[in-house]
Amino acid sequence: MNDQPLLKVHELSKFYGARIGCRDVSFDLWPGEVLAIVGESGSGKTTLLNCLSTRLTADVGCVEYLMRDGQYRNLATMPEAERRFLMRTDWGFVHQNPADGLRMTVSAGANVGERLMAVGERHYGRIRETAGDWLGRVEIGLDRMDDQPRAFSGGMRQRLQIARNLVTSPRLVFMDEPTGGLDVSVQARLLDLIRGLVQDLGLAVIVVTHDLAVARLLSHRMMVMKDGHVIEHGLTDRVLDDPREPYTQLLVSSILQV
Amino acid sequence: MNTHETELATYNFAYLDEQTKRMIRRAILKAIAIPGYQVPFASREMPMPYGWGTGGVQVTAAVIGPEDTLKVIDQGADDTTNAVSIRAFFQKVANVAVTTKTREATVIQTRHRIPEEQLTEGQVLVYQVPIPEPLRFLEPRETETRKMHALEEYGLMHVKLYEDIARNGHIATTYAYPVKVEGRYVMDPSPIPKFDNPKMHMSEALQLFGAGREKRIYAIPPHTKVVSLDFEDHPFEVQKFAKPCALCGAHGVYLDEVILDDKGGRMFVCSDTDFCEERREAGHVGELGVANKEAAE
Repeated sequence: MNDQPLLKVHELSKFYGARIGCRDVSFDLWPGEVLAIVGESGSGKTTLLNCLSTRLTADVGCVEYLMRDGQYRNLATMPEAERRFLMRTDWGFVHQNPADGLRMTVSAGANVGERLMAVGERHYGRIRETAGDWLGRVEIGLDRMDDQPRAFSGGMRQRLQIARNLVTSPRLVFMDEPTGGLDVSVQARLLDLIRGLVQDLGLAVIVVTHDLAVARLLSHRMMVMKDGHVIEHGLTDRVLDDPREPYTQLLVSSILQV
Repeated sequence: MNTHETELATYNFAYLDEQTKRMIRRAILKAIAIPGYQVPFASREMPMPYGWGTGGVQVTAAVIGPEDTLKVIDQGADDTTNAVSIRAFFQKVANVAVTTKTREATVIQTRHRIPEEQLTEGQVLVYQVPIPEPLRFLEPRETETRKMHALEEYGLMHVKLYEDIARNGHIATTYAYPVKVEGRYVMDPSPIPKFDNPKMHMSEALQLFGAGREKRIYAIPPHTKVVSLDFEDHPFEVQKFAKPCALCGAHGVYLDEVILDDKGGRMFVCSDTDFCEERREAGHVGELGVANKEAAE
């Protein structure tokens, strides 16, 4: 299926009144590809991500998604029931703050199992087995399976959130600053884990980050945004090693060196 | 309609004015048409506090007629405060016949129980409901729960049961046990023990649920499928009791624990007082029961 893009974005714009959220964004995302959207705060990264993932409705433009049956569907005109089903089976969304993506009052096992139950799994033993398997893959011990995420550290919560999203083997995962708010060593482990999972599962990922190191480690391609516009777009190594736009040059040169 | 003619100022028949009753009846008809769906209605202030059955009272007031016979039960008993005061209320404002006999009643308002005796065609069972939304404790947003009902997204209900098993080794929900009505809506059967859940399935009686504070009415029409949710490897089970009723010796009924003294003495008796009395009148005696004649003195 590698000959067709998974997601086709055409001239996408979102306005907040007179203010621009994002404007005229077009790109294709291919299966198994990791695309980073970088830029400073307020540049429209998250707005774009929310428009792509149908959490926000775009004002102009369209997003088409390649369904499992090989047909493209316009996400904006898809019935809500179908869209929500797509979001909890074929897609994942990893929030910056794990509390937004997790149910903090139910156990880790139930958090991972929720999607399975949502698609009709009704066998407790099997749900538990799958949940345990996924907790293992994100390096959470089985002894923590019945603990609530509120008893987890920030890094563990984030890993739990990833497991919860991946349990239905999605093809596309959106990540909003997945490593924001974590200390560097935890960040490094998490990035390593995400990179491994993405490779093993052949996931397509759209990751929003302001951290260029994250983009460098995870992504194949990147888009640089400024004031709602995509100003530069290319292979990650090319953009970071040979930035063409003055703003991208500024961005790259402001990375702290240790 | 039928106001009391002897006094100067009085209440309309069954307390509520006719327009209000029409509004409630419309909601009831809609609820019957869509089994298990929570219909919003303009709940009125009733002369009792929220939580004492304001929803049930409004539903009863809307469906009751002068020829009806009313029975009111609270936790299975006809003689507890809530039951006595609601029964007295309808005697006063509707002047209807009242009874404690399940068989004789045409309208039964209940809190926390379904009578042991099987209900028959033509009877109406009105439940008092504190929280009509089965998904509420997992999803606090009303907009979201409504959407979940609309799109039939009920995975969350099983998350609750999963949590039960993960914590307790079995499904520990014993009351307000969620059910699926006619294969579509997941419904909270009000805080009846799960022991009573199977009685709702294919019942011949019409079952109406009124939540006054939450302003919702829902219904199960007669002969409707009502299935308790469960897992394949943890099937739904009702409570079982080690001993029969201590007074009437009945098996397979729901029992209440009664503390007898301060030395740990206790007995288990039928929670349905009418059922228990009838059995004792028929001569059944449990291990702590006394024969019928002496008990009367």
